Amino acid sequence: MLRMLFERQDYTWVTLPVTSEGNMTAQDRFDALSHEPLQSVGGGTNKIQFFASVRDIFDNRALLDLLIRRDLKAKYKDSALGFLWTLIKPLTQLLIYWLILGKVLQAERNIPEFAIYIFAGLTAYGLFSEILSSGTSSIVSSSGLIKKVYLPREIFPLAAIGSALFNFVVQFAILVAATILIGSFPLSWRILYIIPAVLLLVILGLGLSLLLSAINVYLRDIKYLVEVATMVLMWASPIVYSWSMVHRILGDGIGMALYTNNPITLAVLGFHKAMWTGGGEPTAQEYPDNLMLSLWVAIGISTLITLVSHAVFRKLQGNFAQML
Amino acid sequence: MTSDSTLAHDSTPAARDTPVMVKVDSVTKRFQIRSDNSLKERIVTLGRDGRRHRQDFWALDGVSLTINAGQTIGLIGHNGSGKSTLLKIIGGVISPTAGEVMRRGRLAGLLELGAGFHPDLTGRENIYLNGAILGLSTEETEAQFADIVAFSEIGEFIDTQVKFYSSGMYVRLAFSVAVHTDPDLLLVDEVLAVGDEAFQRKCLDKIREFQQEGRTIILVTHSMATVQNFCDSVVLLDHGVVTYQGEPRTAIEKFRDLLEEARQERLPEEEKRLGYTPGRVTGATARGRDKEAYTPIGPGEDVLITTEVEHDEPLAEWGVAIQVTDSRGNNIFSTSSARLGQEFSPLQANRRLQFTLADNHLGSGKYAVTVALVDGSGEQIHLRRQATTFTIQTATNVGGVVYVDTSVEDQGVVS
Repeated sequence: MLRMLFERQDYTWVTLPVTSEGNMTAQDRFDALSHEPLQSVGGGTNKIQFFASVRDIFDNRALLDLLIRRDLKAKYKDSALGFLWTLIKPLTQLLIYWLILGKVLQAERNIPEFAIYIFAGLTAYGLFSEILSSGTSSIVSSSGLIKKVYLPREIFPLAAIGSALFNFVVQFAILVAATILIGSFPLSWRILYIIPAVLLLVILGLGLSLLLSAINVYLRDIKYLVEVATMVLMWASPIVYSWSMVHRILGDGIGMALYTNNPITLAVLGFHKAMWTGGGEPTAQEYPDNLMLSLWVAIGISTLITLVSHAVFRKLQGNFAQML
Repeated sequence: MTSDSTLAHDSTPAARDTPVMVKVDSVTKRFQIRSDNSLKERIVTLGRDGRRHRQDFWALDGVSLTINAGQTIGLIGHNGSGKSTLLKIIGGVISPTAGEVMRRGRLAGLLELGAGFHPDLTGRENIYLNGAILGLSTEETEAQFADIVAFSEIGEFIDTQVKFYSSGMYVRLAFSVAVHTDPDLLLVDEVLAVGDEAFQRKCLDKIREFQQEGRTIILVTHSMATVQNFCDSVVLLDHGVVTYQGEPRTAIEKFRDLLEEARQERLPEEEKRLGYTPGRVTGATARGRDKEAYTPIGPGEDVLITTEVEHDEPLAEWGVAIQVTDSRGNNIFSTSSARLGQEFSPLQANRRLQFTLADNHLGSGKYAVTVALVDGSGEQIHLRRQATTFTIQTATNVGGVVYVDTSVEDQGVVS
């Protein structure tokens, strides 16, 4: 159909006058172009440098913004409850854990305000797992665009993080509202723990997303591996039980050190410290020593992981279009 | 083979001194085709063994080009010649194995219309999204918004989700966004015109406007008519190598020769596949009267098509049918000895029949002749597709499938 018109060689051309005054004449365009530098496309065979790549992403920030909006808008476009679904899932999770673990298995005996405790942990973990899972599949699910148009490919994992952050903000607002409602809003400097905790989750999530989304193009097993890993990680951090329970069992050995310095554990503990007041008794929950320091060290390590992941990403992205 | 020259053409005198838009420097692209696809197989065949399962395919092999601003360049070649790969490398979608591409100016790719459209979003939302994908800022899209909608003729449906659009509306909107991005360089893969005929006309006018505004267009196409209508210069690719670049008419002729060669190579296989027939068409040639075969024939000349047929057993009643098709396979002309009222003595040994197509008025192009040997009832015994070809060359002042000697005169003001 598209070529129909061209099959007729007798198509005679009527030359259009260039009407609109705003249009550049050909000569203007050539002059403007001759002042622009010739730039290497996609870096050629030389690897794209880090700063060039970051600038490229920065230049496309408007697109990043639109992609995040697109994800959010399109997700629930045709559902009656729409955006509410973003909240229904974590709230149901909360209800189940609170009822089964708290009431039936009596976990709440040692943890006052068990609902807030769980929800703080779930909010932190939800952010990380959403970044990880949607980040990992972001490149493959945007294959239509990647195969046809050149865009800095980092945009896709970043957009996944953006929409995960949006959901997080909403969920966090509910958490804050809940603490105000039951009258235990943490009016203390401890709320500052939220900053390194969120930073840690986002930076680590970004690093892993970059790495895994790139590898997922070549080896689709990664996506399933991530599904399993997010399940394991949830139970490997003190979300529905307390850190002190593990401490009591493991003592102070190397096992405990490994458990505590799991970045997810650190972030969840940070959330607890910031948002959960333990029913007004600050001693109800033990925290590892130097939690703040550990968080910042973890952020430092995560930043290194992200830089390395980005290098790997840049190396692998040249072949994305043909592998998808 | 490495070829490097500046593509310039008489039809755009300005193009000669314009800045370089794209510089392709000995670009090579290798694809690896692996026969061991599963992880298990790869581990088993790791190392030196693995290389046997790997086949290299050179999609591009040392291609160098310089394209100046304001030119319209056609990339032609058979399927798998590397033309789409080259376009994608220029667009930065895939990176070359070796070599480098330099480029300047704003780029818009029409590699696939609506690649960035999200079916669940409305037309309006998609315009902003697609505009951003093609490099427009939100303000720029806003400024162009009314024009984009008007050009696309979407009208009131602009706030409807695009999944409810007809396929025509979808491509119209996508095309409209793409041509309103003010590109300096437009990459087109086979989609210069979309929608119904009226809209196609609009698309093509837009492309003409682009050319006048000094925008550079690189276009991949299989349509030789497009090439002739639009391009200043043509790059002919064959198996990843530039075999010709320059004047469109010459490029098209060389391309048709390439296609013909490839077809000739396939012929014996086709014969084998058909198996045994009691009789067969053994050969055919076409030429202009007083001319060698394969030299171009002009308008008004007689075309002589000579066919040779044989049959194993003596065959009392028989005939030969011929059909002339153009390069796109359209039936231009057909006849048979029976329809021409001719009967011949029984056939056995190789016999030659000559058809004379007196005073031909065919339009410019390459034509193929299919020859069939038929029995008395018109049943086909053996058919040879495209048994021979001939080329018609007419004056360049007319186009179309037939040649008509045309003139025009001024008859004054109509009172």
